[in-house]
Amino acid sequence: MKYLCLVYLEPDKLHAVPDSECLAASERLRAEGRVVAAEALHPVHTATTLRLRDGALTMTDGPFAETKEQLAGFYLFDAADLDEAVALAARIPPVRTGSIEVRPVRDLDPTP
Amino acid sequence: MSVDADAAPADIAATVAALFRRDSRKVLATLIRLLGDFDLAEEAMQDAFRAAVEQWPRDGIPANPVPWLVSAGRFKAIDGIRRRARFDAIDEAGDVATAVEAIPDSAARWDEGEEIADDPLRLIFTCCHPSLSADAQVALTLREISGLTTEEIARAFLAPPATLAQRIVRAKAKIRAARIPYKVPEARELGERLASVLRVIYLVFNEGYSASAGASLTRADLSAEAIRLGRLVVELLPEREVMGLLALMLLQESRRAARTGPNGELVTLEAQDRTLWNRAQIDEGVAWVERALAAEPTPTSRGAAAPARRDSPAVRFGPYALQAAIAAVHASAASAEATDWAEIVGLYDVLVRLQPTAVVALNRAVAVAMRDGPAAGLPLIETLLADGQLQDYHLAHAARADICRRLGRHADARASYQRALSLVRQEPEREFLAARLRDLPPDVDPVRRRSTSPVILFKDDR
Repeated sequence: MKYLCLVYLEPDKLHAVPDSECLAASERLRAEGRVVAAEALHPVHTATTLRLRDGALTMTDGPFAETKEQLAGFYLFDAADLDEAVALAARIPPVRTGSIEVRPVRDLDPTP
Repeated sequence: MSVDADAAPADIAATVAALFRRDSRKVLATLIRLLGDFDLAEEAMQDAFRAAVEQWPRDGIPANPVPWLVSAGRFKAIDGIRRRARFDAIDEAGDVATAVEAIPDSAARWDEGEEIADDPLRLIFTCCHPSLSADAQVALTLREISGLTTEEIARAFLAPPATLAQRIVRAKAKIRAARIPYKVPEARELGERLASVLRVIYLVFNEGYSASAGASLTRADLSAEAIRLGRLVVELLPEREVMGLLALMLLQESRRAARTGPNGELVTLEAQDRTLWNRAQIDEGVAWVERALAAEPTPTSRGAAAPARRDSPAVRFGPYALQAAIAAVHASAASAEATDWAEIVGLYDVLVRLQPTAVVALNRAVAVAMRDGPAAGLPLIETLLADGQLQDYHLAHAARADICRRLGRHADARASYQRALSLVRQEPEREFLAARLRDLPPDVDPVRRRSTSPVILFKDDR
């Protein structure tokens, strides 16, 4: 079962944990074969938000919602259950400075 | 298998009803493990008891009814899955076969005895999983482990049944979707996870204990249910903090009859009629405190699984055992004057180290004031109030008020009682504080010290 772990940080804490530490942690987790994907993101002011309405695609500068903590990166883990996913997520270094939201991934329903 | 084929159907119905009361949660706990789903298991459990009512008059009561019921429930669930599949598209037949095969056969495992014995614990740890909100943990525990109906839980918590129902549905949906595991935590995480279970039980207890008149009947039932849950967990997992919590609940419950007057007014510990205290509950509570604080780990009944758990942090006593020990000192005193305050201060000294919160420090300060006199307690309380954390806590102001009153500083006492009154939310406590305020003599001469007997109100008083 897959769990998406969203790493949230306040903007002034984006670099509180050095990149080198995040990289090392990520390599250890990858070596255990539990990481499906993991990436860090540029700050939200680089974001573009899209909407398709009545055939027209609109683009907006910035994130969908302004929040105190912003999405800074993610891990997609393969884990047996929530306890295992939580144990893996607790090893993502920014857990000390920000927060990590653990979301179970669902299968889309193929029936129309 | 049939041992009692001649029993009359009415006797059998009564036997099944008694079994349902005693063992339905055990059967449910095992079915949840086998079927991997709370709702499916609940339905299968009901079906199993229905099958017993139908079949036992004919076939006799099985020698071991619980495995029979588990097995019947499992078959009913498989039947249900197959029956539903017949209405579904043909290409899903494969899925059904997979679903049915995935349901473990309870008899196929050699270690099934131990597995079944652990199922009620698995259920408890899942219902109290820290990823669920505290409200959801409480609701789920009362629904699944206590077997209360949603309506009963709603009534006890003075919440609309629809709110409670939704809370339970959402919690079960999260267990399913996020795959919260159905297992007893490993030794290294047992302490933390057990703390979550004990918190839920104590919340249930306090919900039934802090209420007064009015809806008091159903709420007293909640305290009784919390004590029952405490006994269940002690039996399944005899850890010191579990014993401590059970002791604490029994010792607090022992004072129930004495802590309110004829009109529902609050009677403080000091003023309580100690002949109204429940001796049997005190004796049992004291015995559990002694076991919780005993030097050697108590032998457990968990066989091979026990030694590993004995090394875990949970085997050390903690805040519940210490609070129970404090309650035991009160319970053992023949009168308020005879209370061993030195012992109580000593226990608070340890508790403050384990649980360094402002409220614990406040209770310790009150105990110091009892041991060494109000002049010794006042600076401690004022330092705590100056720290700011207790500014909005009515009992902190009530404690200062009482100490000032005993020192003859009536103007200070009045100011603190008024501040406490502005913060208090429970009616009996409000009336208590208002009466203390009325009883204060006018501030004429601070040298004329009237009362010296303590009339304090603190958390353990209720």
